[in-house]
Amino acid sequence: MMDITAILHMHAELSLTAVFILMFLLDLFLPAQQRHWLRPMACILLTIQLLANLWPEEVILFGGMYHSTPMASILKSILTIGTILVFLQADTWLRRGDTRHKQGEFYILTLSTLLGMYFMVSAGHFLLFFLGLELATVPMACLVAFDKYKGHSAEAGAKFILSALFSSGIFLYGISMIYGTAGTLYFEDIPAGLTGSPLQILALVFFFSGLAFKLSLVPFHLWTADTYQGAPTSVSAYLSVISKGAAAFALMTILMKVFAPMTEQWSEMLCIIIVATITIANLFAIRQSNLKRFMAFSSISQAGYIMLAVLAGTPQGMASLVYYIVVYIAANLAVFGVINAIEQHTHGKVEREDYNGLYKTNPKLTMVMTLALFSLAGIPPFAGFFSKFFVFMAAFHSGYYIIVFIALVNTIISLYYYLLIVKAMFITPNDKPVGNFRTATPMRISLLICVAGIFVLGILSGIYQLLNDTAML
Amino acid sequence: MLASLWASRSVNQVRGVMVAGASILLALSVYLTIDYIGLRQAGATGEMLFTASTVWYAPLHICYSVGVDGISVAMLLLSSIIVFTGTFASWKLQPLTKEYFLWFTLLSVGVFGFFISTDLFTMFMFYEVALIPMYLLIGVWGSGRKEYAAMKLTLMLMGGSAFLLIGILGIFYGAGGETMNLLEIAKLHIPHEMQRIFFPLIFLGFGVLGALFPFHTWSPDGHASAPTAVSMLHAGVLMKLGGYGCFRVAMYLMPEGAAMWGDVFLILTTISVVYGAFSAVVQTDLKYINAYSSVSHCGLVLFALLMMTRTSCTGAILQMLSHGLMTALFFALIGMIYGRTHTRDVRLMGGLMKIMPFLAVGYVIAGLANLGLPGLSGFVAEMTIFVGSFQNDDTFHRVCTLVTTTSIVITAVYILRVVGKILYGKVVNPEHLKLTDATWDERVAVICLIACVAGLGLAPFWMSDLISNSVEPIISQLLN
Repeated sequence: MMDITAILHMHAELSLTAVFILMFLLDLFLPAQQRHWLRPMACILLTIQLLANLWPEEVILFGGMYHSTPMASILKSILTIGTILVFLQADTWLRRGDTRHKQGEFYILTLSTLLGMYFMVSAGHFLLFFLGLELATVPMACLVAFDKYKGHSAEAGAKFILSALFSSGIFLYGISMIYGTAGTLYFEDIPAGLTGSPLQILALVFFFSGLAFKLSLVPFHLWTADTYQGAPTSVSAYLSVISKGAAAFALMTILMKVFAPMTEQWSEMLCIIIVATITIANLFAIRQSNLKRFMAFSSISQAGYIMLAVLAGTPQGMASLVYYIVVYIAANLAVFGVINAIEQHTHGKVEREDYNGLYKTNPKLTMVMTLALFSLAGIPPFAGFFSKFFVFMAAFHSGYYIIVFIALVNTIISLYYYLLIVKAMFITPNDKPVGNFRTATPMRISLLICVAGIFVLGILSGIYQLLNDTAML
Repeated sequence: MLASLWASRSVNQVRGVMVAGASILLALSVYLTIDYIGLRQAGATGEMLFTASTVWYAPLHICYSVGVDGISVAMLLLSSIIVFTGTFASWKLQPLTKEYFLWFTLLSVGVFGFFISTDLFTMFMFYEVALIPMYLLIGVWGSGRKEYAAMKLTLMLMGGSAFLLIGILGIFYGAGGETMNLLEIAKLHIPHEMQRIFFPLIFLGFGVLGALFPFHTWSPDGHASAPTAVSMLHAGVLMKLGGYGCFRVAMYLMPEGAAMWGDVFLILTTISVVYGAFSAVVQTDLKYINAYSSVSHCGLVLFALLMMTRTSCTGAILQMLSHGLMTALFFALIGMIYGRTHTRDVRLMGGLMKIMPFLAVGYVIAGLANLGLPGLSGFVAEMTIFVGSFQNDDTFHRVCTLVTTTSIVITAVYILRVVGKILYGKVVNPEHLKLTDATWDERVAVICLIACVAGLGLAPFWMSDLISNSVEPIISQLLN
């Protein structure tokens, strides 16, 4: 008989649930004129939750159904930090007239997706994993459609939920095949039952496609651009870093742990997917003039780079993957932050031409954007250079020379389109640039943290060291 | 220094900080050189001196390790001279002065870091640090088709660095994946097949920056569009990164690869030299002429390195120095002339000797150094290269050498043509008569560079000794 008190060991999940409930109660009972306390409360509570769970530990519960590795707890902390940053950035948008009355919902929905991701990364059983996945997906659709009176946002929400459900269906079908052939859904036990039979390969493909939807890998990326463009910018930011980070980590653990006997099959598949993802996303990104769409394609290609670490399939790869996610969170949130600030200030300007001559009027925002874009492109001395280098190194170490080379050539293409934005901001003259304005304080704080991350994460080697040590355990 | 630049508000402060910083840098390099020679004479035998190493990313064996030998000392000296004079050459640069010098300084940081690194990772990192400021420097402060040129330059060089990165990973894992330190890898043996694959990658990667044919096309556009000081730094120092890297990384670490691929690249460099010179003949834009001339001279550097004799490699390093100095001088003068006449078209200028004698005399000296007049630096370098190259006694190398020597003649053609056309002859545009000669900041830059060019030409031996002692270990690695 299972000991029910075991549930108390799921510190991270429990405390996050507590935060969630507190926020829910606050949302219910706070009088209307006190509602501006919601955002600081959300940030403070999350910070407390983060600090309480900072220490990485290994927890196995319910006969292996719940298995939180130290690496997973580090990732949870990282995701939480990212979420706090998104909360800070969302502030201006949530104060607007049409969203003010429902800002509590934003926090609640976001926290529940975060909870889902927690379960995803620490699942030890496919059913728990699936629950986590769904919990992370369904509220996300509401978030995407948050500005429901805007056609774009509603459309994006519909697209997102349809493709998400479709992918969940495929995923579930894949799991059922695994259960049928291996006789179990515990991660621990499945490898013993895997023989590489055609049905299991099909199961692998289905499982993989399900997650590839979340990660928006080519050819499962078609929903991404529309969704990012239509969704409120803060939600796009959240979607692009947090949910992608969780999905990438989960994919890697499952491929390494559960599908270890079928490494040959999945690595072959992954090679093709990576090349397709990076190349196609990069080529499409060149043509985008809407920055949110542009960032959608950019993040698809970044997902391709993250997959390189998965491909490596080694502890070194795991460390590089998490490191890449951290750096990516800092850089991508900085870009989205700037886009968000300008969009809110100008009531919806997100075209590249709107950024022409931005340096003259808003030098600080421009610098933040430039640094972040350079980091995304992998230019030293910014953190993105290090994370890219380590990912390449991991993949190279596992012998994928050609793939690394193709990815490298693609970084040149990506540099081109990142530079296009830099060019717009610095070089292209403009008669009517976006006027000078002061960004809101929460946004400033979040941008400051991001920029610090971009600088510090690379120069200080401690973080990578920690990840590496954890991965080696 | 970057920090103090951030802090400074007004234009004058920026200039002050920049001059102070550049002077300190120059003083430090001179001190380093003297110290280095002193230590060598005192009998220090290490391959590198002033080494220091800090572990950075332990799991990946990445260290931040630095050290210098004769070659890097020479390069550092060159870089600091050019940064110093470049500061003066961009004295009057107007819009966004502070940002300009910030990026300029970042560029120099990259260059200096590259020359002192002895760790593959940090070396590569500094290499890229040196590349990216170019985009903004050319894009924002350039002239002509600047956006196109900046993008082309950045993408091509970054393309080169993609080759490099994969090559570096190849070397690292080929040598056992235990160390990224150049000196330690040199002691290990990289498997034959690995060398065959990764040597050309590294050589091409650096070769792009060294304007190796057919990857030189970024150079004329880039140089022509860049602001003066950036052209100076770029042609004078950045292109040398290519040669230095080819020598230090590709040839030093993968001698077998060099033996296998040497002939192929030798043909390419020969084409570079001759083709660059011929292209310079037909250009009408002063900067384009000089840019193609740089392609030709930098090709000569790679050519001499591939000849793989001690003399030719010493010559190659001398050529880097000499070309760095004189091309910087050239670009500085062109920038100053352009600042007055607002044209760089050879056909629209004439008789400048009477109008601005100081600049014109400087131009003549630069030209003579370029075509290898004895007494100036170009002669010393080219002489050493050709003598060294001819020491190879097989037909292939000799034919290549002979073909390459024709470039001297072609160089004379385009240099003398330009000098004759714009400095002497009739004044083409009467407007030009109103123009003035150099101001004091420009004089500082020009005189400083001329002194160096002449100094290297008149007293080359201390420098060539310095270099050739350090070339020795690399050459012996190559010949084994």
